[in-house]
Order: sequence, then structure tokens, then C-alpha cells
Amino acid sequence: MKNNKALLPLLNPISKDNPVIVQILGICSALAVTAKMEPAIVMAISVTAVVAFSNVIISLIRKTIPSSIRIIVQLVVVAALVVIVDQVLKAYNYEVSKALSVFIGLIITNCIIMGRLEAFAMTNNPWDSFLDGIGSGIGYGVILIIVSFFRELFGSGTLMGYQVVPQSWYDAGYSNNGLMILPPMALIVVGCIIWVHRSGNKNIQE
Amino acid sequence: MSTLKNKIDNKIKPLFEKGGKYENLSSVFDAFYTFLYTPNKTSKSGVHIHDSNDSKRVMIMVVLSLMPCCLFGMWNVGYQHFLAATGLNPGVWECFIYGLFAVLPQILTAYIVGLGIEFVIAQIRGHEVQEGFLVSGILIPMICPVDTPCWMLAIAVAFSVIFVKEVFGGTGYNFMNVALAARAFLFFSYPAKMSGDSVFVSLDKTVGVDGYSGATPLGQLASSTGTDATVTGVLGDPLSLSDLFFGLYPGSWGETSTLCILIGAAILLISGIASWRIICSGLVGGFLMSVLAHNFASPLYPVSNLEPVQQLMLGGFLFAIVFMATDPVTACRTNIGKYIYGFLIGVIAILIRCYNTGYPEGAMLAVLLMNCFAPLIDWCVVNANVRKRMKRAVEITK
Repeated sequence: MKNNKALLPLLNPISKDNPVIVQILGICSALAVTAKMEPAIVMAISVTAVVAFSNVIISLIRKTIPSSIRIIVQLVVVAALVVIVDQVLKAYNYEVSKALSVFIGLIITNCIIMGRLEAFAMTNNPWDSFLDGIGSGIGYGVILIIVSFFRELFGSGTLMGYQVVPQSWYDAGYSNNGLMILPPMALIVVGCIIWVHRSGNKNIQE
Repeated sequence: MSTLKNKIDNKIKPLFEKGGKYENLSSVFDAFYTFLYTPNKTSKSGVHIHDSNDSKRVMIMVVLSLMPCCLFGMWNVGYQHFLAATGLNPGVWECFIYGLFAVLPQILTAYIVGLGIEFVIAQIRGHEVQEGFLVSGILIPMICPVDTPCWMLAIAVAFSVIFVKEVFGGTGYNFMNVALAARAFLFFSYPAKMSGDSVFVSLDKTVGVDGYSGATPLGQLASSTGTDATVTGVLGDPLSLSDLFFGLYPGSWGETSTLCILIGAAILLISGIASWRIICSGLVGGFLMSVLAHNFASPLYPVSNLEPVQQLMLGGFLFAIVFMATDPVTACRTNIGKYIYGFLIGVIAILIRCYNTGYPEGAMLAVLLMNCFAPLIDWCVVNANVRKRMKRAVEITK
């Protein structure tokens, strides 16, 4: 039980306090990068890395930051981390980096990161902040992966780029759902996840 | 008849009531029971004025007003089929029977899926089944190409019933027209099956005769170049104005005939179900925009070459104005709002049709867009009225 309590910052954001489906943050990128699974996974990892390390850095210097310029300091830290992530991606996975285009750069404006920095890292010690960052990143990533799973399966008939819907289905008259590729359907899939999640968690229903 | 009713009341009804054997099916029973018999429930509190015109009767009137379009559409499906397949017209009944069997699976699919979802949700929520889907179920197949596969239709119906209607609270709470939402879902999901020149004429795997083209008039124009605005039928002969009026051209099967739509409109207006304000202002808006487009016609936008009268008669414009825009749930409630709402639907429909070459028909998108703005229009109209009266009150007290 004691162990469980220490891990609370990690476990909380995964389901009960999920950044996407409970706090409704980071929706923009969840709609934009989830047409295919591969970019969604890369995005999830990138955001997790950025939010975890920026949480740690801000937590370490939280007592020295003057309150009046804290947003600027936070932005500088996040921007530096995002540039690093961007460069690493360009070096090792250029194709996905091209597919994600501006959305890696836009991690800077992802509300989850600024939200965690303000709400958690500014008042907690580095280790808890690190766990919170990892937890938030995973909570965000899980939703991204679920959404992209359905969108890629029904929209393109593939998963991770491999054809999973057999050709015989197409011959029999099946066709891919073009709306799944478009952002509106991502919003509806996120809506369905929220629906399922809330029907299982009575305490967060409005 | 009364003995039958007694029998049902005494023997069958208790089985479906609370604690009965088939309690889980109580909403299903209730739906059929009230469909057949007027329930003798009376209000318990307050003052009520009851009108015999309940929503079941309203819905049945709308379905009746759709019948001319529906029957003509079935005949037209057969007529276009035989023209395209053999170049000949075999007679009214052959055409009608062929069309009936071509569209019947679609109508059945729409009703079974839509009503199935409504029954299940009504049972889960403990509501009675609402009759809103009676109209949507017939509208959805009528505004789709005749070759739409049934499974696509089923997905679209399920999508629009769940996400446009039931999520928001069921019949009367939908923020967009359910039938058009299903059509829009199909249009964006399966564009290859919803436009082009092979889906609007049912060919049933036979090969068309030489020179046959199944493109709709608007589809032909959208892909044409130059300033020539003649549209042709399936065999390549130009369509005259009377062909357009009677609807002898390929298209989504329920919406081609101007005559039948006008008969339906007359039924709706006489019975007081549709708002004449919306229909009239929609026609005015469409006509003005067509005149404008025609005056500034350019080869870049081939549809703008059409005469204004042709614009109004082609495609789904009139059908959308009469049967979709007037849906009382999604339209404006205030009278001034209705004029604005209808007018903008007309203008936007023709605007999209003429100047967005990607979409040959804009009526669907225009109605859906204005559905979203209808509450805002109402809000502005009501507030303007409040401000006006406040001003007057201030002047009087001065």
C-alpha cells in the first residue's frame, strides 16, 4: 500500500485524471496526428519525454524562478526540449518526422505540458514531478494509440502500415471509410472513449 | 375491434408491464400498442389543451407527402435502368417493379437499423419509443444514389441516429437533420460510391448501351468546361425544361422530380406542418443567388452557366428546401429567424454548387450548416426584440 501511494503521481493521470479524456487537454494534436498509428506512437513518446524532463527541470529550479516570469522560463525549458526531440527524430526517423511536420514543434503549445508544469512541477519535488510527467505522457499516449488504432483500421485498412483487411473483403464490396481519415472522426472517437470511460467511472460524471 | 383491444389489454399487456414475463421488451410493446391504439392516458396536473395532431400523425403526414416523390423515384430508377441497359422504355409497370425491387432493400435497411437502435435505446433509458425515425428512415434512401450498398447505408444510419440524435437526447433534440447527417456521412466516407457517373443509374452488372452516361446533370456540368450549359440524359440527348420538371434524369432517386416535390410541398403546407416562410425565403435566396451566378458566369465555374430556373429544378435543391430545411426540430423557431434561415440555405446551396467544383451539389451542406446556426439566429432575433421593447419602455417612462 505504501508503495502504491508513492506511485500515485504516475498512476493517477493514466485513467482517473487522464489529460485527454478527463481534463480535455491536448485535443488538437490528438486530432491531428492520429490518422495512422506510427506517427501517433512517435508523438506519444515525444510528448512523454518532453513533459517528463521539463517537469524535472522546472521542479529542480522551482524555488529560484521569480513568479512574474515563470511562464517564460517554462516555455524556454519546453522549447529547448522540443528542439532536441525534433532533431533526434530528424536524425533517426526522418519519414515519421516528415509525417508529423509541424506537430512536433507544436508540442511547445500542448496544454498538457504547460498544465502539468503549472499545476504539479511548480509545487512538487523532482521525483514526483518526473513520475507525474511520465504518467501524463502515458495517459496522453494511450488515448492517441487507441484513437489511431481505430482510425487506421477503418480508414486505411492497415495497422502500423501493414495491410490487415484482406483483399477478398475489398473484392466483396468493402471499402475504407474516408471520414475516418478526416479530423472530425477523431473527435467522435475521442468522444466515444470519454463515453465508455465515464460510464465505468461514476465519480467523474457531471 | 374492441374485443381484440380488450384481449390485448387483459392478456398480453400485463406480460410486458413491470414484473411481467417480457419486461425487457416493454418499450417495444408500448411502441406498437400506441401505434395501433390511441392511449387513454390523460394529464394529471395543470391545464392542458390536447390536439389530435400528435407527433405520430405529423410524421405520417410527412411520409404521405413524400410518397409522390418516392413512387415516382422508383419508376424513374427503372426507367433510367432500361434506358441505359437497352435504350428502350418497356412500359410503366416494368419500370416501376424494377425500381421497387432496386430500392426496397435500402428502405428496409434504413428502417431496420434505425428503428432497431431506437428500440434498444428506448428500452435502456426506459422511455417510450419516439416516432421521429419514421420520416428519416424513408428520407435517407431517397437522397442516396440507387447503387449505394446496404451495409454502407446501415453504417450511416447507425452513425447519424446515435451521434446526431440519441446522444443529444433522442427525437426532438437532434441538432442537425438526421437524414442529411447520414447522407453527409456517406458522402465523406465513401466518396467513390456517392458521386461520379456510375452510381446514380442501377445497371445490375449489365453493360450499358453505346454512348450511355449515368452522370447527373450537375455532375456533368461540374466536370465540363466552357460556357455551354446543356445537360443530357443517360443516352446523350439534351434534357428539356419539362424533362427537368418531371424529373426524367439520373440522380439520387427521390429528389429528381420537381412536380412530385411540389405536390409534397402542397400537402405539407396545407396541413400546416412545414413553414411556408422557410420554403419561400429559401426559394428566393436560391433564385437570387442563381441570377447573380448566371450574370457573372465564367468558364471556370461551369455550373454558373445554368439558367436560374434550371438551377432551382436540378439536383436536390428543392427537395432539401421542402423536406429538410423545414424540419421543425432543426430549423429556426422565430418567424424572422425562419426568413433568415431559409434565405441563407438557398444562397449557400447555390453558392457551393456553383463555386466549389469539388461538390456538385451544395444543398446538403447548406442545410447542415444552417442547422448549426439556427439557434444563434433565434437568439439574435429574440434579443433584438427584447432590446426594442426595452427601448420603447424607456421612452414611455421618460
